[in-house]
Amino acid sequence: MLAYVIRRVLSTVPVMAVVALFVFSLLYIAPGDPAAIIAGDQATPADVERIRQSLGLDRPFLVQFGDWLWHLLHGDVGTSIFTNLPVSTMIAQRIEPTLSLMVITLLLAVLIAVPMGVMAAWQAGTWVDRAVMAFAVLGFSVPVFVVGYLLAFVFALELDWLPVQGYTPIAEGIGPWLRNLVLPSIALGCVYIALIARITRATMLEVLQQDYIRTARAKGLGPGGVLFLHALKNASVPIVTVIGIGIALLIGGAVVTESVFAIPGLGRLTVDAILRRDYPVIQGVVLLFSFVYVLVNLVIDLAYTVLDPRIRY
Amino acid sequence: MAAPLPDVLAERTPRTGLPGFVVRHPSIALGGALVLLMVLIAVLAPFLWTVDPTAIATANRTRAPGALYWFGTDMLGRDIYSRVLFGARVSLTVGFAVALLSSVLGLAIGLVSGFVRWADGLIMRVMDGMMSIPPILLAIALMALTRGSVQNVVTAITIAEIPRVSRLVRSVVLSLRELPYVHAAVAAGTRAPMIILRHILPNTLAPLTVQATYVCASAMIVEAILSFIGAGTPPTIPSWGNIMAEGRALWQVKPFIVFFPAIFLSVTVLAVNLLGDGLRDALDPRLAKNL
Repeated sequence: MLAYVIRRVLSTVPVMAVVALFVFSLLYIAPGDPAAIIAGDQATPADVERIRQSLGLDRPFLVQFGDWLWHLLHGDVGTSIFTNLPVSTMIAQRIEPTLSLMVITLLLAVLIAVPMGVMAAWQAGTWVDRAVMAFAVLGFSVPVFVVGYLLAFVFALELDWLPVQGYTPIAEGIGPWLRNLVLPSIALGCVYIALIARITRATMLEVLQQDYIRTARAKGLGPGGVLFLHALKNASVPIVTVIGIGIALLIGGAVVTESVFAIPGLGRLTVDAILRRDYPVIQGVVLLFSFVYVLVNLVIDLAYTVLDPRIRY
Repeated sequence: MAAPLPDVLAERTPRTGLPGFVVRHPSIALGGALVLLMVLIAVLAPFLWTVDPTAIATANRTRAPGALYWFGTDMLGRDIYSRVLFGARVSLTVGFAVALLSSVLGLAIGLVSGFVRWADGLIMRVMDGMMSIPPILLAIALMALTRGSVQNVVTAITIAEIPRVSRLVRSVVLSLRELPYVHAAVAAGTRAPMIILRHILPNTLAPLTVQATYVCASAMIVEAILSFIGAGTPPTIPSWGNIMAEGRALWQVKPFIVFFPAIFLSVTVLAVNLLGDGLRDALDPRLAKNL
C-alpha cells in the first residue's frame, strides 16, 4: 500500500514535467513571431527586441528552458510584462474569489447531481428519469455564460433577489460572501451537474442489478437504505473519478463565469492578460491550474482504496 | 412435423423509410435535422433577407427587435439578425474543422500508439501531460501568442482536443488487437500496415464518429468562449461569441443583443449533442440504455 502511494505520487512528476515543457514550448511552437505579436501593432523594433529579451526568445531553447524550470522550482513563475510585478504575487492577490467560486460550485454540484442521478436510476424509464436525462443533455449544450446571463437576468434584474455582479471577500462575513456566489456557482455548476448526474445514473443502474441489492431488498431494507447504503457506496468509484475529471470543466468555466459576474479572480486576471498580451501571466495561471488538476486527480486515485476496500495495490 | 402456431399475435408491420427511421432513432433525426437547418442557414445567409452584417449605421443604434430589425441592432447600428445568421458560418466552420482535424490526427496518433509498443509509453506520457491542461486554458494560451483568426482558433482548439481522441483510439486498438481474427491475420503472415488498415481501422470508425460529434459540440462552445473573452475570432468577423462580447457592456439594458446569438449557439450545440447521443445508441447498443 505505502509502496503504491509512493509510486503514484512519483508518477505525477513526469506528467507535471510534460505540462511544464509543453506550456513553455508554446512560445516556440506558435506560428509567427510571438515577441512581435505580444508587443502589438504600434511597437517599435526596440520594443519588440526588449520583449524578446525578457521572454528569453533570443537564447537557445534548452538554455532558456533550464533557466525557466530552475526558477519555477523555486516558485518564481516569471514577471508580468505589463505591471512588472512577479506573476506569483498577482496570482496570490486573485486566488480567493476563484477558490471560493470553485469550492462552492463543487459542493453544490455534488449535492445536487448525485441525488439526481440516484433518483433517475431508481425510477429508470419514468418521467423522473427522462427529466434528469433531458437536463443532462441541456446542461452539456447551453454554454456557461448563457446560463449566467439568464440567471442574472431572472433572479437579479427582474426579481432582485440576489446581487447582479461582484464579489465580497469572505472576511466581510459568510452571508454576503455566499449571496454573491449563488448565481455564479449555479451557472458554472450546470455542465458539471449534468456530467455527474449522468455517470451516477449509469453506474447506479448497473449496481442495482446485482444480487446483493436483491438480498438487501428481500431482508426488508427500505429504498433509502438500499440506494444510499448498499448501491451508492458501490457505485462511488466511477462517480468520484468523474468528479475529478470534471474539475477541468470547472477551471475552464470559471474563466468565463468570472467575466460574466465581474468577479475579480484568476479568470478575470487571465482575460485582462489576454487583452494586454501579457503572456507570462497566462503561462503562470495555466501552470497553476494544471498542477492543481493533476494533484486533485492524484488525491482521488489514492481515495479509491478507502471507497472500495476490494481495490488493493 | 409440428402444427402451425395459432395466430394470436397481431402481424408486426415494421415501419420503413423515413418515418421508421424517425421512430427508431428520434435523437439522430431531431439532431440531424437541426444541424442540417443550421448548415442551410449558414450557406444561404446572404439570401435570407439579410443586409451587410458589418454595415455600421450609428443613427440606428441599439434598436429593439421589431418589423424592420428582426433581432434589433447593436451599439454600432449593425443588424443583429444578419450578424447572427452570418455568425453561423464561423461556429459551424470551427466545429466541423476541429472535429475533422482532431479525428484524423488523433486516429493517426492512436493507431501508432496502440500498435507500436516502444512508441506507446512516450506518446501517452505526452498526451497525459497535455490532458492535464484544461482545454480552454490551453486554447487561451495558444491564442495569446497568435493573431486572432478563424484558422488560428481552429488550430488552437484542435491541439487541445487531440489527446482525448488519440486516447480513445488507442484503447479501442488495444482491445481489438487481442481479438482472434487479428491473431489469425498475424498467423497468416499479414504485415502490420495491412492489419492496421484492413482489420483495425474499420472497427475504430464507429466510436471515432461518436467522439467527433462531441468534439464538434465542445469546439463550438470553446470558440464562443474564446471570442467572448476577446481571444478568438477578430471583432471584424461576426461570430456568436463576438456578438455576445460586444453586447456584454449593455446586457442589463439591452439584453436582446446577447440573447439571440446565445439561443442560436445553444440550439446548435444541443443539436450536435443529440446527434452524438443518437449515433452512440445506434452504433453501440450495449451502452444504449445506460448512459
